[in-house]
Amino acid sequence: MRDAAIHARGLRKSFGATQVLDGVDLTVPAGSLLALLGPNGSGKTTTVRILATLLAPDGGTAAVGGHDVVREGAAVRRSIGLTAQHATVDDLLTGKENLELFAGLYHLGRRAARRRAAELLDRFDLTTAADRLAGTYSGGMRRRLDLAASMVAAPRILFLDEPTTGLDPRSRAELWTVIRELLASGTTILLTTQYLEEADRLADRIAVIHGGRIVADDAPAALKHQMGSERLTLRLARPEDVSRAGAALSAGAEDGTGIRLDADTREVALAVHDPDHLRRTLDLLHREGITVEQADLRTPTLDDVFFELTEAAA
Amino acid sequence: MSTTTASTDLDTAPAASRGAAAGDLRRLVVRALRHEVRTPDALIVNIALPAIIMILFVYVFGGAITTGSSGLDYIDFVVPAVLLMAGGYGAALTAVNVAEDMTRGMIDRFRTLPIGGWAVPASHVAASLLRNVLATALALAVAVALGFRPRATPADWAPALALVTGYVLAVSALAVAWGLLVRSSQAAGVFSFVVMFFPYVSDGVVPAETMPGPLRSFAEHQPVTPVVEALRALLLDRPVGDAGWIAAAWLCAGVLAGVPAAAVLFRRRTSA
Repeated sequence: MRDAAIHARGLRKSFGATQVLDGVDLTVPAGSLLALLGPNGSGKTTTVRILATLLAPDGGTAAVGGHDVVREGAAVRRSIGLTAQHATVDDLLTGKENLELFAGLYHLGRRAARRRAAELLDRFDLTTAADRLAGTYSGGMRRRLDLAASMVAAPRILFLDEPTTGLDPRSRAELWTVIRELLASGTTILLTTQYLEEADRLADRIAVIHGGRIVADDAPAALKHQMGSERLTLRLARPEDVSRAGAALSAGAEDGTGIRLDADTREVALAVHDPDHLRRTLDLLHREGITVEQADLRTPTLDDVFFELTEAAA
Repeated sequence: MSTTTASTDLDTAPAASRGAAAGDLRRLVVRALRHEVRTPDALIVNIALPAIIMILFVYVFGGAITTGSSGLDYIDFVVPAVLLMAGGYGAALTAVNVAEDMTRGMIDRFRTLPIGGWAVPASHVAASLLRNVLATALALAVAVALGFRPRATPADWAPALALVTGYVLAVSALAVAWGLLVRSSQAAGVFSFVVMFFPYVSDGVVPAETMPGPLRSFAEHQPVTPVVEALRALLLDRPVGDAGWIAAAWLCAGVLAGVPAAAVLFRRRTSA
């Protein structure tokens, strides 16, 4: 795995009796972006903290930038930047002071530190706020400052732990632009997110983590393809029909996966592979005497993939 | 291949970075001092509080308290204790500063930087020393304005400064350990009350001989009493006696307990 910037095999971690990671395998090729997608508590942050040398794994191995995260922590730290889940900038320093402090702690020298801080403020569109305390920044500005702080030493590998959580849509879009620029300049990025849209838009590959294991790892398009070509959602007329429809469809289903039932909304959703499959499905429900009130056919989204994978794993 | 490169880096890093380590500490101390200047309550603690307690003791309580067998004016009696309160309270608040770094995620940022782990807690102790020795000097200036006339000779001032510095250092080191132990800034604040309590129940504010039995023996044997007695003797150019050695022993014990405790706790908080 010469060109893998991040390579993890069988990472395990428990906190007390809780097994948080149960054998995580990840490979991120140099210069690409992997989105680690999962719900709260699935082990995203723990994975990032282990790869960033902030936490020691109980088992398994990981190399970042060619260095082992346990035995060569100092070398790993020299090649990475980390933007943790909660923005880690100093509220009582200005944006400029924050960046100059971190640049100084990377031993850049006084003049070089000033220049680097000015460059980053400009690049992350913070020049006008440079002399304001970071505590007065908006959520989006704090995130950009945090990202700038992670880029002080121009790391080749960047970890972004839920960089857009809690941001408004405009700030989120701005941050996406910044992330794409970093990627275009050759930075390898591992990004965690709970947002499928974010993973879909930014990632070369998506790894879905659930219950401390990687349950899928593929290109976004391939993951969507895995769900069948179309997604059919049917709203039934009578709520009591929902479970009956589920049973009938499961019995006659072509691959038996992808059926979701929701008694509250009276919805039945499933993957369909071709027009004939759609006809057979509607015929089957008709024979069972189940009335369909509304039918909706659409291309599957990553949400469908996500629910499919995480429910299968649960 | 990569292993060889890394171990070379690690081997050469400490020698190359001895000067850098001093620079890291300086930068982090500047950061900690900026925090103080930009936090109104910290400024009040460091500037107004020493003046307020000095005025309170000298004018409000001063008239009602007799200094017992020492035969001193109350202002001469109480100034050393107030100096320690002024420096000690601010030093105790170091616990809060450390706890905030640990709980607000700043520590994650520092840990991914190529700096020694000790630099962050050490910077809090160093910043605390600077501002609290200054706060003590300020309290002394207020005391002089209120009529306190130190009779210390130059040979007395040096050990007096060493006592105050040692007291602030010991309290700061213990405060860092406490801040690391409790993990929340609210709980960290409790340490200030403990530190404020010791001078009250010492021979510093009212003579220990006026206290009821158990309290009196506590007052006579707790660490602040010898520090107060030694400081009082030095400021008034009187014989220090055994108080100097006992005070020095207590302060060394405080530093020697606080620094390793802080180091161990910091290591434990920042590893796996």
